[in-house]
Amino acid sequence: MADLSINLAGIKSPNPFWLASAPPTNSGYQVQRAFEAGWGGAVWKTLGEPILNVSSRFAAISFNGQRVAGFNNIELITDRPLEVNLKEIYETKKRFPDRAVVASLMVEPKREKWHEIVKRVEDVGVDGLELNFGCPHGMAERGMGSASGQVPELVEKQTYWVKEVARTPVIVKLTPNITDITATAEAAVQGGADAISMINTINSLMGVDLDTWNTIPHVAGKGTHGGYCGPAVKPIALNMVAECARHPRIHVPISGIGGISNWKDAVEFMLMGATGVQVCTAVMHHGFRIIEDMIEGLNHYLDEKGIASVMDIVGKSVHKYSDWGDLDLHYKVVARINTDVCINCNKCYISCEDASHQCIDRLRDENGKEYLKVREEDCVGCNLCSIVCPVDGAIDMVEIPSEHPPMTWNERQAAISGLSSCNVDVK
Amino acid sequence: MNISLSDLEKNFREVEPGLTDREAIEEANRCLYCYDAPCIKACPTGIDIPAFIKKIASGNLKGSAKTIMLSNPVGASCARVCPTEELCEGACVLNHSTKPIMIGKLQRYATDWAIRNAEALFQAGKKNGKTVAIVGGGPAGLSAARELARMGYTVTIFEAEKEAGGLNTYGIVSFRLPQKISFWEVNQVKSLGVQIRTNTRVGKDISAKELLDHYDAVVLAVGMGRVPRLGIEGENLDGVYDAIEFIKETKTKPLTDKLVGKRVVVIGAGNTAIDGATCSVRLGAENVKILYRRTKEEMTAYDFEYEFAKQDGVEFRWLTAPKRIIGDENGKVTHIECVRMKLGEPDADGRRRPVPIEGSEFTMRVDVVIKAIGQTRHLDLIQEFGLEHDDGVVKVNPENYQTSNQKVFACGDVIFEKGKGEAMVVTAAQQGKEAAYAIHQYLTKAVSETA
Repeated sequence: MADLSINLAGIKSPNPFWLASAPPTNSGYQVQRAFEAGWGGAVWKTLGEPILNVSSRFAAISFNGQRVAGFNNIELITDRPLEVNLKEIYETKKRFPDRAVVASLMVEPKREKWHEIVKRVEDVGVDGLELNFGCPHGMAERGMGSASGQVPELVEKQTYWVKEVARTPVIVKLTPNITDITATAEAAVQGGADAISMINTINSLMGVDLDTWNTIPHVAGKGTHGGYCGPAVKPIALNMVAECARHPRIHVPISGIGGISNWKDAVEFMLMGATGVQVCTAVMHHGFRIIEDMIEGLNHYLDEKGIASVMDIVGKSVHKYSDWGDLDLHYKVVARINTDVCINCNKCYISCEDASHQCIDRLRDENGKEYLKVREEDCVGCNLCSIVCPVDGAIDMVEIPSEHPPMTWNERQAAISGLSSCNVDVK
Repeated sequence: MNISLSDLEKNFREVEPGLTDREAIEEANRCLYCYDAPCIKACPTGIDIPAFIKKIASGNLKGSAKTIMLSNPVGASCARVCPTEELCEGACVLNHSTKPIMIGKLQRYATDWAIRNAEALFQAGKKNGKTVAIVGGGPAGLSAARELARMGYTVTIFEAEKEAGGLNTYGIVSFRLPQKISFWEVNQVKSLGVQIRTNTRVGKDISAKELLDHYDAVVLAVGMGRVPRLGIEGENLDGVYDAIEFIKETKTKPLTDKLVGKRVVVIGAGNTAIDGATCSVRLGAENVKILYRRTKEEMTAYDFEYEFAKQDGVEFRWLTAPKRIIGDENGKVTHIECVRMKLGEPDADGRRRPVPIEGSEFTMRVDVVIKAIGQTRHLDLIQEFGLEHDDGVVKVNPENYQTSNQKVFACGDVIFEKGKGEAMVVTAAQQGKEAAYAIHQYLTKAVSETA
């Protein structure tokens, strides 16, 4: 059994799985049920000034019959009085002292407002704070959430105000609704953040009803953009985590969020630099019980790899993530079709023919039986055929050893400019 | 099926293919992962089915196998032999919406992975200094042993046969349940430090008294015995077999061509009768008939077993009872005389009693007669232990499987009563678990009382 405990900027938890600040962490009852099931930590549903919610709040995308491929909500922060939340946080932490209880906070971008809430929350014994600069709907219209999270100066200033009084580690939760997340991540670091978490939800409209022409969801015939999350956003979140992890000036731990549904997703985020992960949509779909497989699956994975502590995998793939200009132009893979496994659906053929480089031939063997073959000299190694192939093992992408030594675009350009500067010298 | 007369071994390879990786992942993702799922309640061993399926979907196959085997120590065998339509799959909520999840096949997929990867899934508990003797290494005995070992007991299984596994090793045909599956389950139990003394028949090689004197508790899990006598003329002729022995031979000895081209009748219509019939087909018999004195309604074989036999070309003769087996001068079976039956008033077990129709006798040409009319009880052994019983069915307290001797607990087929549910492998496994917990309670209580 590997050691699954983590230490994220001083916040310790027995395993890397936390519940994200969201409906599942709305109350002490829920968080305690989650802790009974085995969750390592929870970020409480965001605390702030009392709000009002609307009815009809969630929607989801089914993809080819699979439910909740993506999920969207227009619910605001907690609608329960601060005192009630604080009392329940206190009770929860007392019952589960070994779990991480982090308070998510959102107030107007005013110094005294931040000071006040930080003091009140820390008085009940939280392990850390998470500043919600990411919620994209409702609160943003009032200058909070992603509205302040999209402005690096506001991120830096508010983080600084919190750090003026905070005694526990401060995590800044970032919005993905921005061109370059490293800009706000760096601002958070400048403001003194002890860690950053990402991603919050992405602006989204889930659909339009073809008969009523209403938005999905709608509130009395009107809709508004919501925040998108769930399995569909995982690649977007993973990139943002990786970009921050490899950024030289963003040197604080990262709490990874976005579409994490099982132990494998968690391992990917951790390899890409997350010290721990936060989960919401998968719990909304299946309940807290999914934690059993997450812990056990992670344990078996680490045991199989002979890794003693989960902290040992954090960031191990970050150095493999780079700029396009640093990729080897001479690396070559080609598709190879295994005729004995192929079921002749011709999906690879038509996708290559119509959407890629027309390098798959439809042939007949001596018995007149159809088969497919790649003209390897014309194949660019795009992967499309192997992506659309419905049968495991029918198409392999095979590496072709290069005759040339590795050379990246950046190296090539440097070499060319070296040549041209030589020319200048000659002139 | 295509029977090969030249390569009989081929006929005995497992019939049902396992799921491919893709089939398994698609099926696992189709499972709704219900909360408080009805499939769990429908499983006699209470396997957390949605959890093990979710683990297949997430790629945690070791965890999946553990979830299965934790609840059912013979879960790999049960994946193949359970009447899933009547249990988990019959309870699947998708019966009301699309089609049920292939729970049995997914269970096989996960346990096959564990078998391939030679994973030891459990560990023995810290030794508590107490000893338990288990008589019989079949599903019930193995199950009890596994749980007792996990709780720290020093367990010895006394097994009369050459190998443990009981019915799973010897009594279920290879093309349904290959022996290696049963052996893996036996090894899982052995890996917890359980000693299995094979070729050791209690009552012959070691006395019941010795076990009662030297162990803190005894589990009696000996199952049932051979097929009883038909009680008709010609029963000792050459060509008359006991179905259980007949099946066992196909699992323990090289297959012979002695049935090639022969006419076979099987007497009885339980699952063992079906196994006897389909074995005969695979051994090359030209014609195989099942004779049953009642009708299809009263037949105890599972529907899927019946269908399987039909597909194998086995013929069924309902309301037909054997009256006499006729042989030639060399003592070899040549004919069987039968009598037609009709159903009369209900029997003690609730099934209508078959009554012969006078003058309806007829004779069929046969070469082989296989008897599959139930199993006898191990009466001598039960008496040697001095246990109360009803016609060889050991009496137990239904709460804790304790017999009339408080240190002897009985489970599995040895307590199976006709007309009370079904003698399923999965039931035996559950009873073994429960007997183990009852022994734990009995022995820890004894300690606290004397302390």
